[in-house]
Amino acid sequence: MSTKHFLGNESTAAWAFLAPALILLLVFLITPFIMSLVLSFTSQRLVSPLPTKIIGLRNYIRLFGDGGFWQALRNNFLFAVVVVPLQSALALFLAILVNKRIPQIKIFRSLYFMPVVIPMVVVCVIWYFLLMYPEGLLNTLIQGATFKHIGPLDWLGNRSLALPTIILISIWQGVGFQMIIYLAGLQEISAELYEAARIDGANLWQQFRYITMPGLRNTHIFVLVTTTILAFKLFTQVEVLTQGGPLGATNTLVRYIYVAGYRELKVGYASAASVVFVLIVLMISIIQRRIFVEEHEVE
Amino acid sequence: MRHYLPIGVYYIILLFFAVAFLIPIVVMLATSLKSNELQVMNDMASIRAFWAPHPSLANYWSVLSGQGMGSTPWVRFLFNTVVIVGSIVALGVLVNSMAAFALARLRFPGRAFLVSFVVALIIIPFEGLAVPLLLMVNRFGWFDSYYVQIIPFIAHPFSIYLFYQFFNKIPKELNEAARVDGASWWQIYRKLIIPLSHPVIATVAILQSLEYWNSFLWPLMVTQGPEVRPLSVAMSTFFGQPPRNWGDVMAFAFLTSLPLLIVYFIFQRWFIQSIVQSGLKG
Repeated sequence: MSTKHFLGNESTAAWAFLAPALILLLVFLITPFIMSLVLSFTSQRLVSPLPTKIIGLRNYIRLFGDGGFWQALRNNFLFAVVVVPLQSALALFLAILVNKRIPQIKIFRSLYFMPVVIPMVVVCVIWYFLLMYPEGLLNTLIQGATFKHIGPLDWLGNRSLALPTIILISIWQGVGFQMIIYLAGLQEISAELYEAARIDGANLWQQFRYITMPGLRNTHIFVLVTTTILAFKLFTQVEVLTQGGPLGATNTLVRYIYVAGYRELKVGYASAASVVFVLIVLMISIIQRRIFVEEHEVE
Repeated sequence: MRHYLPIGVYYIILLFFAVAFLIPIVVMLATSLKSNELQVMNDMASIRAFWAPHPSLANYWSVLSGQGMGSTPWVRFLFNTVVIVGSIVALGVLVNSMAAFALARLRFPGRAFLVSFVVALIIIPFEGLAVPLLLMVNRFGWFDSYYVQIIPFIAHPFSIYLFYQFFNKIPKELNEAARVDGASWWQIYRKLIIPLSHPVIATVAILQSLEYWNSFLWPLMVTQGPEVRPLSVAMSTFFGQPPRNWGDVMAFAFLTSLPLLIVYFIFQRWFIQSIVQSGLKG
């Protein structure tokens, strides 16, 4: 009974249960978050004989004056603008395909999801092999299909092709995840709605347009936002496949931060870039919440 | 929905996508079974890339014995990844569910604020904290260790939130009844709430495993040697090392995909369930 008395006070018990998580979050999430803000105004380096100085906005001025930074940021936006609609549309299409109750459909569902559980680094290695220039399998296939009118293409070495190639690889790996989310959304739409629409003579497109799409509204928002944020976190693919090249054509914000902070040891400068990165992600999340709230008000 | 397409056409579309998802995996497997690098090169552009007429496990032996990897066998990296991901998941389930228990089941001043605080933390992306965190662990002298890859990732706002939502739905009367019977809060958490929470524990464990099995940026920055390096970084190092032997690289790649693939095919239903959960809560 003594333990009951000791932990009898609900408040005390609550803080005891919370303590491990709160301490860890404070040290490893909130502190680095504040550090990045503070460090971005200093000349801090990872290892340096010189003392750290406060240099005001100089990191930000240099950052905004660096073409490489804008290029990386532009690549992130390009990646997001292409990947988000393409991957969501494909995911929805696949979800509709595998939502049909026909024999063996579960096998297809499992297959489409499979790349999601393959580590991204492995995915990159396999695709690198398939995309080799000029003798890779994909080049052979394309040359065969077009009677040698197209190709061979230097998928990862060509400045204008490298980013689209990384987009395709990312979609191949990730689309199964969103497919499952859409599948769950589809299965929540009542079958009676479709039944009623058919009785009223609605065709397939009308059913999709007026029942499926509105029924998936929240699913759309979730998929769009998570895919956009993932697009801004893009790193593994470009580091493994192109190291940001050729000539920065596939560099991204996270890789820019990695190179500045880790390879060049410029912690202060990398922190300024990190602050910009976090602000962009926060902005996307806030816009999402706005849309979410408005959608609910409409209902 | 009714059948608007002939069922045969339907299966052709399904098969087309199945092939698109399978080709790379089949090529990986076939290439990994070719012991002769010249054969790999000759086959890579043709239909022969899809199978190995004389399958050999030579590449697997060389990867498993660590040739070309500074004599570190592949199993060493698997062990590292399992230690890291296993610790994050086990400690994470404990720490995050305890925090969520307090937030969902106990009354105390500041509770509502803490809930919205944790929700707000979900959106802070780790990639934006990596550099200051690097400076911090450098000061701690934590480089090249397991704990630098484990401790920062135990507390996880999204997992707390998933637990919180689940615990909230368990009837509150259970608390009261147990209190009247003289149970301590710890006993309520341990004996009452946790046994009811297997679905959410599975969800958190699977989502965390997928996330940290793939983690690349952080181990790339904080590990130097093979001793504590996880599979993802080892794979990329092995891939980037000249001279590249594609047979060995593909054997390494296949072995590296295998553990999660096996777990996925055994616990498929749970995987799907977890992904759905993560989506519904967004």
